Amino acid sequence: MFFETLKLSVRAITRNALRSILTVLGVVIGVGAVIVMVTLGQGTTAQVTSSVASLGSNVLLVRPGQAGFGPASASADQKNFTVQDVAAVQSQVAGVITAAPLATRSLTAIYGSLNHAMPVYGTDNRYLQAREWNVTSGRTFSDADLQAGAAVCILGNTVRQALFGDSDPVGSLIRLKQISCNIIGLLETKGSSGFGADPDDVVLTPLKMVQRRVAGNQDVNQIYIAVDKAYDIADVQSAIEDLLRERRGIGFNDKDNFSVMNMAEIASVLSGISGVLTGLLSSVAGVSLLVGGIGIMNIMLVSVTERTREIGIRLAIGAEAHQVLLQFLVEAVVLSLFGGVLGVLLGLGLAALGGQFLHVPFVFSPEIVAIAFLFSALVGVAFGYFPARRAARLDPIEALRHE
Amino acid sequence: MPAPSAAASQPLIRFRGVTKIYGAGDALVAALKGVDFSVASGEFVAVMGPSGSGKSTAMNILGCLDSPTDGSYEFMGASVGALNRDQRALLRRNFIGFVFQGFNLLPRTSAVENVELPLVYRGMAAQERRKLALEALAKVGLAERADHEPNELSGGQQQRVAIARAIVTQPKVMLADEPTGNLDTATSVDVMNLLTTLNRRDGITVVMVTHEPDMAAYAGRTIHFLDGRIAAPPSAQAA
Repeated sequence: MFFETLKLSVRAITRNALRSILTVLGVVIGVGAVIVMVTLGQGTTAQVTSSVASLGSNVLLVRPGQAGFGPASASADQKNFTVQDVAAVQSQVAGVITAAPLATRSLTAIYGSLNHAMPVYGTDNRYLQAREWNVTSGRTFSDADLQAGAAVCILGNTVRQALFGDSDPVGSLIRLKQISCNIIGLLETKGSSGFGADPDDVVLTPLKMVQRRVAGNQDVNQIYIAVDKAYDIADVQSAIEDLLRERRGIGFNDKDNFSVMNMAEIASVLSGISGVLTGLLSSVAGVSLLVGGIGIMNIMLVSVTERTREIGIRLAIGAEAHQVLLQFLVEAVVLSLFGGVLGVLLGLGLAALGGQFLHVPFVFSPEIVAIAFLFSALVGVAFGYFPARRAARLDPIEALRHE
Repeated sequence: MPAPSAAASQPLIRFRGVTKIYGAGDALVAALKGVDFSVASGEFVAVMGPSGSGKSTAMNILGCLDSPTDGSYEFMGASVGALNRDQRALLRRNFIGFVFQGFNLLPRTSAVENVELPLVYRGMAAQERRKLALEALAKVGLAERADHEPNELSGGQQQRVAIARAIVTQPKVMLADEPTGNLDTATSVDVMNLLTTLNRRDGITVVMVTHEPDMAAYAGRTIHFLDGRIAAPPSAQAA
């Protein structure tokens, strides 16, 4: 009996193919939009997670000033670190594999008639170790470079692309501020993190080069720390905080004037944000699913009116009310599911396309496809019930008289 | 439902003082004002009367599409006047076949599928259903048109498909509401001959509403309705 009903509804739907397609358009768009949002959202989350993982999953970043996202606040007590602080963290905190000092400045690199603005990190080879970052061409810093604060630099791939295109920049000279800088190496590509931060848009130079020739001080304004996986990163974090409070002479009741950020924590916060955004956009998209449902209800009501005579015939020859109800309900659900299938295909297609355009990886999630189907079936039941009940309640005598 | 073996002693259909009142308050209209008649199993009865005489109302009650306001309707010895909607649907499905003036076939549905329809609601398996439907079509002489849709058939052929649909369930009674009303004379005669054959050969009880005395002449007897009552009740003595 149920199979008969199913066959019947498929036939009723294909009989009015154009109308059926127009009817389910709302559901198609609704389901499609939800799929696009969720798929792209999950792609973004996966990308953020992997790019933060590429920073190193067991990584702590120490910055002066109180914690917060965005640029460090320029408060009065913002006191930078020293090379001695870095050495102390390296030697006195258990679980620290590498602590790398960073002195950062935003500068413009000039090569011939081209120029490119990017951050310049004054550091040493420990930074490359901590980030597990290799040079694909040329070499890393030599001891002599580091001792002398020589005007040498290693380029990130984005900078190289901007100034040199695809050619090998090693051996060329670029100008940073007034300093002519010899390119000794090219970093391997890390890839974009999806939140605007491009890790390849960077120039590395010896720490002393930035300190002496650019900043004119002895400051270290970030410490990049790789932590041994065998240690609990939270313990290492608090040990570093204790050590730095002591070294910076912070009183027992005073707040930290620096912050230690855990990259894994940042990753989870970022993916949390992208999750919230995905949910928000999906619920907006879900509204069109609702509109689609109303479209289905509308056309089912029209269909019941059009087929009043047919319903009368069925009732007269012995169909019970629930059998007529089922027939129209199944028809609405089949219609809605048909929209769901089209929507899923459309959504996945658009997500794959949009993902390529936005450089977001395509993450296929079977759950959301299942949920989309379930939802479109639900829309069919919810919005098909009222028209179906109307059909089932028709008086057979009246219905047969209907022209 | 009592066994139909009692049919010989008791009528298939019995109306006792059946009254039907439509509307409410001041707008009350009495369509039937205490009608008594009965139809025995195997009879061919014609029902005649002008518009508004109550014959359609009587046919609706007879076909269990409607319930009487007062009085009793016994079908195969059981009182069915007070049954609810779904119980009446089951009664129609199992014991009554309908033939309408306007044929009332499902459009864009083949003849054999139209004939199968009542069996679908009985939950019969597809294969058996198809077999019975083809047999019924053969009985009305349309076996070779089984796959044609209604718009590919003439009026007479459509009505024969409708008759096949009515008899495929082997009903106790076939109710025909002006079955020749939309047909020309020659085709009407064909349809009447078919009904007569089904009545005589297969023993199907037929109750037929008609406006035309020519058609009523095929029946064994005629009941005349006038103004909500039976006008010249020949059946009163017969019952």
